Amino acid sequence: MSAGTLYDKVWELHRVADLPGGSTQLFIGLHLIHEVTSPQAFAALRDLGLSMRHPERTVATVDHIVPTTSQARPFADPLAEEMLATLEANCAEHGITLHGLGSGRQGIVHVIAPELGLTQPGMTVACGDSHTSTHGAFGAIAFGIGTSQVRDVLASQSLAMNKLKVRRIRVEGTLQSGVFAKDLVLHVIRTLGVKGGVGYAYEFAGPAIEALSMEERMTLCNMAIEGGARVGYCNPDATTFAYLRDRPHAPAGEAWDRAVSWWSGLASGPDAVFDDEVVFDAARIAPTITWGITPGQGIGVDEAVPTPDQLDPEERPLAEEAYRYMDLAPGMPIAGLPIDVCFIGSCTNGRLSDLQAAAAVARGRHVAPGIKAFVVPGSEQVAAAAEAEGLDVVFREAGFEWREPGCSMCLAMNPDRLEGRQISASSSNRNFKGRQGSASGRTLLMSPAMVAAAAVSGHVADVRQLLPSR
Amino acid sequence: MGSTSDLAFPCGPVRQLEGGGVAVVGSDIDTDRIIPARYLKCVTFEGLAAGAFADDRTELEGGHPFDRPEHAGASILVVNRNFGCGSSREHAPQALMRWGIRAVIGESFAEIFFGNCLALGIPCLTADAATVGQIQAAVVADPSASLRLDLEALELLLHPQAGDPCSWSVELAEGPHRMLVSGQWDGTSQLVSHDAELRATAERLPYLTGFAAT
Repeated sequence: MSAGTLYDKVWELHRVADLPGGSTQLFIGLHLIHEVTSPQAFAALRDLGLSMRHPERTVATVDHIVPTTSQARPFADPLAEEMLATLEANCAEHGITLHGLGSGRQGIVHVIAPELGLTQPGMTVACGDSHTSTHGAFGAIAFGIGTSQVRDVLASQSLAMNKLKVRRIRVEGTLQSGVFAKDLVLHVIRTLGVKGGVGYAYEFAGPAIEALSMEERMTLCNMAIEGGARVGYCNPDATTFAYLRDRPHAPAGEAWDRAVSWWSGLASGPDAVFDDEVVFDAARIAPTITWGITPGQGIGVDEAVPTPDQLDPEERPLAEEAYRYMDLAPGMPIAGLPIDVCFIGSCTNGRLSDLQAAAAVARGRHVAPGIKAFVVPGSEQVAAAAEAEGLDVVFREAGFEWREPGCSMCLAMNPDRLEGRQISASSSNRNFKGRQGSASGRTLLMSPAMVAAAAVSGHVADVRQLLPSR
Repeated sequence: MGSTSDLAFPCGPVRQLEGGGVAVVGSDIDTDRIIPARYLKCVTFEGLAAGAFADDRTELEGGHPFDRPEHAGASILVVNRNFGCGSSREHAPQALMRWGIRAVIGESFAEIFFGNCLALGIPCLTADAATVGQIQAAVVADPSASLRLDLEALELLLHPQAGDPCSWSVELAEGPHRMLVSGQWDGTSQLVSHDAELRATAERLPYLTGFAAT
């Protein structure tokens, strides 16, 4: 059983009571809501005749259903309009802060909470969205919940939870140029499998993790859930504190010093005990890309689609399904595969550094003929920062569309979607069948720089060959 | 294409379940497949039965187990490995529940899906791959057979139309098991009742006051 880890410490701090069913009542420090998974929770609260315990600890935004071309109200889609109107009414009724369209602070929930300084080390963070694991980048214990649990947090600011085991994923060495946190996490999931993390919190540690920026750590923790781990986190350090300093909701003055002292004490200690440990060498990781229909079906860009005999017998039925669905032959190289659509954005890779990395590839080049390529900043703040340094111009001149913030084509809840059997190069997080809005649409997950490389090449390409050598 | 079951939603202790079985074979079936995202454009869960496995059902043109007449009215779903991975959408178990499912048996489940089912009073029970394979084969071979799930004994009984009944042991972690059998799976009121404990916890979290001097 784990002991002395950040997970253990934060769990103990937030333990309210032991419940008769054997689970723990856990206090939730920050609750984030959006338009998709909250309306039924507010309705249930009303049905139970309950009020909110801590409305000041819930923060709302709108992201999944917003169009990224025109965000004028009312939306063309009446269902989307109804969802946003319902969120607005619920927030008004309960006194919840809503960062709405045009507020300057709207965006994907997992992009805005960190950039506003809402997410801090040592918190428990819950949201009705599986990618809530993102916030673990700050040394918070953050996890996705369902709508019944959203109701529980609204009513009690707590949840009935079972404690997870803790696996340390130690990454030694240094990532090569052109290899990003996205490649690292796709490599981890490829190695440990999409259900390898079930029952675990993943602690990402080691020199390669310490060298990552906060935005890279967010990409890494964001996809812990794709490896089955509901929680992924990094220990807070000087990088964390530097990111948080002067953010709107970060403590200031003497409170800042007290905060840094408290945060520093939460990191896993040298004597921490883990339930399991896995070690990776960052230097051996290539730009990684998925070829199949789960995020675990990944390969290096210089590899070929695996043949059945290269796979564990247990993995073969799913691989067979993936060959058929993706229309890829076992043994064919993935580089050179023609692409139809290129999408840069999402809660995984829609932050400023992601756009900078993609722009570095796009600058001075042009999207290949016949390819639809678009960039969706993760938030209004990301959009403003990117425009301030002219990234929108770089992308537009290269033939990319520059859109308004939202979840966009990561999932099919807004007008951005694949058509028919189109194949996309996507910086998002899921390549499930039908995920991007067409029941036969196909998704290749990769880093934003690799998406840009695919866009200008017209096919899957190794971004390392497009970057100036160091 | 969806039918909405008339079966009452779970309420109180969940001890015995009886009904037909339906097998959905395949590993890593994610919640986007259980209910495609376009069905999430709603502000209530009503009507979600139509979205259950919608794209898979369209693709199979009537051949999907959820469309086969012999499985109409089934209430026990038998699946394979890592069922319900991906998105946290409670719309997935809601769609299954509204279609008529009251228990799921599989090799393993994704964590959020498991918790979402528990919050609805729907047990997700596990068995090893060989056992699950046997149950799936039995359900396919004799769709009219009645299944009885004894949650207290953690046993699944199958009464075929002809021949001898067979039974399998199924597993459920102790906590969720106790919650379902005792009826404490619907725990909002319990969480709310711990007012003093919630207050005490809040007092030891310095971030709730913005790290104000103490």
